[in-house]
Amino acid sequence: MSGSSGQRRSLTNLAISLKQNAALITVIVVFLAFYVFYNLNHPRGFSTAVYIQNANEVFALAMVAMAQTIPVLMGGLDLSVGAIMTLVNCLASHLINGSPAQMALGILLCLLAGTACGFINGCVVVYGRIQPIIATLATGAIFMGLALFLRPSPGGDVDGDLSWVFTNDLYEVAATYGFAQSGEAAWFTPIAWIPVPLILLVLAAVIVWMPFARSITGRTVYAIGSAEGAAYMSGLGIDRAKIAAFTLGGFFAGMGGLYLTLQTSSGNADIPQAGAYTLNSIAAVVIGGTSLLGGVGSAIGSIFGALVLRTISFNFRIFEIDPLLQPLFEGVVLLAAVSLGALAVVRVKNTLELFR
Amino acid sequence: MTLQGVTKRYGGVTALDNVDFACRLGSIHAVLGENGAGKSTLIKIMSGVVSPDEGIITLAGQQRIFQGPAQANAAGVVCIFQELSLIPDLSVADNICISNPPRRFGLIDKGEQIRRAEQLLARIHCEDVNPRSRVRDLPLSRRQMVEIAKALSRDPSVLILDEATSALTSADVDHVLSMLRKLRDEGIAILTISHRMHEIEAVADMCSVFRNGLHIETFAQGDRAARDIVQMMIGREISAHFPQKRTFTPGATALQVQNYHWENRLRDINLTVGKGEIVGLGGLDGQGQKELLLGLFGVLKKTRGTVRINGQAVRITSPQRAIRAGIDMALIPEDRKTEGLLLPMSISDNLALASLQNLSKGIFIDRQALSSAIEGGIARMQIKTGSIEDPVSTLSGGNQQKVVLAKWLMTDPKVVLLNDPTRGIDVGTKQEIYRLLRQLAEEDVSILIYSTDYEELIGCCDRVAVMYDGNIVRELQGEDITEHNIIASSLNIDEAVA
Repeated sequence: MSGSSGQRRSLTNLAISLKQNAALITVIVVFLAFYVFYNLNHPRGFSTAVYIQNANEVFALAMVAMAQTIPVLMGGLDLSVGAIMTLVNCLASHLINGSPAQMALGILLCLLAGTACGFINGCVVVYGRIQPIIATLATGAIFMGLALFLRPSPGGDVDGDLSWVFTNDLYEVAATYGFAQSGEAAWFTPIAWIPVPLILLVLAAVIVWMPFARSITGRTVYAIGSAEGAAYMSGLGIDRAKIAAFTLGGFFAGMGGLYLTLQTSSGNADIPQAGAYTLNSIAAVVIGGTSLLGGVGSAIGSIFGALVLRTISFNFRIFEIDPLLQPLFEGVVLLAAVSLGALAVVRVKNTLELFR
Repeated sequence: MTLQGVTKRYGGVTALDNVDFACRLGSIHAVLGENGAGKSTLIKIMSGVVSPDEGIITLAGQQRIFQGPAQANAAGVVCIFQELSLIPDLSVADNICISNPPRRFGLIDKGEQIRRAEQLLARIHCEDVNPRSRVRDLPLSRRQMVEIAKALSRDPSVLILDEATSALTSADVDHVLSMLRKLRDEGIAILTISHRMHEIEAVADMCSVFRNGLHIETFAQGDRAARDIVQMMIGREISAHFPQKRTFTPGATALQVQNYHWENRLRDINLTVGKGEIVGLGGLDGQGQKELLLGLFGVLKKTRGTVRINGQAVRITSPQRAIRAGIDMALIPEDRKTEGLLLPMSISDNLALASLQNLSKGIFIDRQALSSAIEGGIARMQIKTGSIEDPVSTLSGGNQQKVVLAKWLMTDPKVVLLNDPTRGIDVGTKQEIYRLLRQLAEEDVSILIYSTDYEELIGCCDRVAVMYDGNIVRELQGEDITEHNIIASSLNIDEAVA
């Protein structure tokens, strides 16, 4: 291959990759625009305190949005993500205290509980042959019932130190547990400002989501959403992938619930809140560029979708706009996001392709 | 691979009846038969999609029962199905390597995957497909090639092709056939189902004929004349492949297309179809024939040029307009499974779909008129159905296509556009379709038909317009409609040279 043809080839490859990731790039750009605008207008914009506060407010929704992404990629919806988050939240409000070993066990149990909820969803969908939307509507109500049983009224006992470090920057982690000269070490300074929830978010994306997307199970999830019959005929393990997908969704939702506990230092079986999280997660997934028909999108996009949604409310706060207008504005942004995705339709000259 | 005494029943229908069948390594074995003869069931059993009710399957001396296509694949039995099994939202490389992707640290290695896809595509001379593209963005003929590359990636020992060449261009068919010969020489057993006799003649070593679920005969290719084979398949003597053309005197022009453009796919098309005339669109696949039909039916946006129906200029901007009184068009689409039929819905619902306007009083459907229209449609096309309330997906391919035709004939069209209507259809149904076209023409209906099969154009059409790169390069009439002329024009060879 000569140099110029090799160059042309890599250019076409770049063009293909840009085209295939257009939705993700758009949502990142939108988020950055909103967020920079917010910081420019914030009296203490671009400061660690602002970053920490924002990261705290975003984390649980980002997790629930990741949880929602996976069923949506298969062409379904999971209406139980908010309930799983709430159930784990209530469970954690009982378990996250005591000795470090007890707390570690508590965290493990909480994540396990979320994962188990997801696994149950998967089994109901696969073995009960029930559509995800209705299966998870039912299981979600059950999980909510369990949460109410665990926490009939809001409250709980959560370890203060743990709560403190998880909702602060790295400096506070070092200061609280006394390493890196309590956060004063020279090498530590450049990273000391990073909020802990941001690190957790990146870890969830890099350690859990990315390997999943590149595993055979992950590939199968995309294939199911794109053409389930073709996936079956290609000899892929459909049932296993479906169960795995819901299970992973449960894990992410559990992460969200666990974090919510650390953030609020309590458990609260709040039914409207669970519903709001579920609906917002769907909005975040759509804004993040994942197709509700399945097969296209990623959890990374959903994280940015959640960021966009939350940044809208940040902006509302600093401009002191009547908070009653917020749902209205969020609705407009959601519509705009969906319309943007539909823009490609205008360019289609063969109207038959619209229905494929 | 051998099958002994294999029987499969669906409800009351016996799809395969006590069939003994064997295909050997290192040979290409063609399976022939009408639709509903049991070919599809045969390969479904061989590839593990369905399991037989009775009988024994042995692979390389071992008795096997496959639970699903995954197990069959693992055992080296790979099938290329007529309905493409590609996943539209994944890339070409993802699709090719789907069942066993290269892995590093347990995760899919994308770089290696692309290299592997490039190699496999090169093996079938399909370098123009970028492995990074999404399958959704490829034309049908390229998807079919990707499907073949995907089958090759599994290192099959038994390769089954179910109408795998039906959507291919002739250049691709040549590549695929030569690849099949190479694979045979490497010792792979190849089983192919095709309705294209010349392809079978070109590659097959053995032929087996099926009829009504029975294995009729197996013979070495060349031992039987094509005529005898067709005879065996349909079990009755056929006088000629095509109904007699009538000596045609062009009547009034029904459809006139002038200076028609669309994007860069259609350039300056000028075409007329007279009343009672059958005009064929020829040429290599993908030269704009399908786009022309879709454009006329109002599916394409921003077309330029004039379309006249009975001399009157019309603007057809949607299929809804195209079927209105005064225009009275019908389009038999390319893909009956997605554009022609609503597979899960009943036969009667499907038949009624295009004529609902005509059969309504106000906003309500006139049930009596509807059911008599449906009966008429079924009788006219001789559709073999159990109950008209069965889902249309329970019918065989040929009968499904008849439902599509009947559905449009019920609208009483004056201009019928057909987009490759006989693709993947058995000989018997094909003949019925040819007779129907002729009959319609005699009723003064104008017909514009695109076909990938030259014989069909030669046998059916009063006139053939050959397209090349979005243009009509030549119109052939009467005695001039020959294979030589069509092919020469398709390749846009100057007749002086050819």
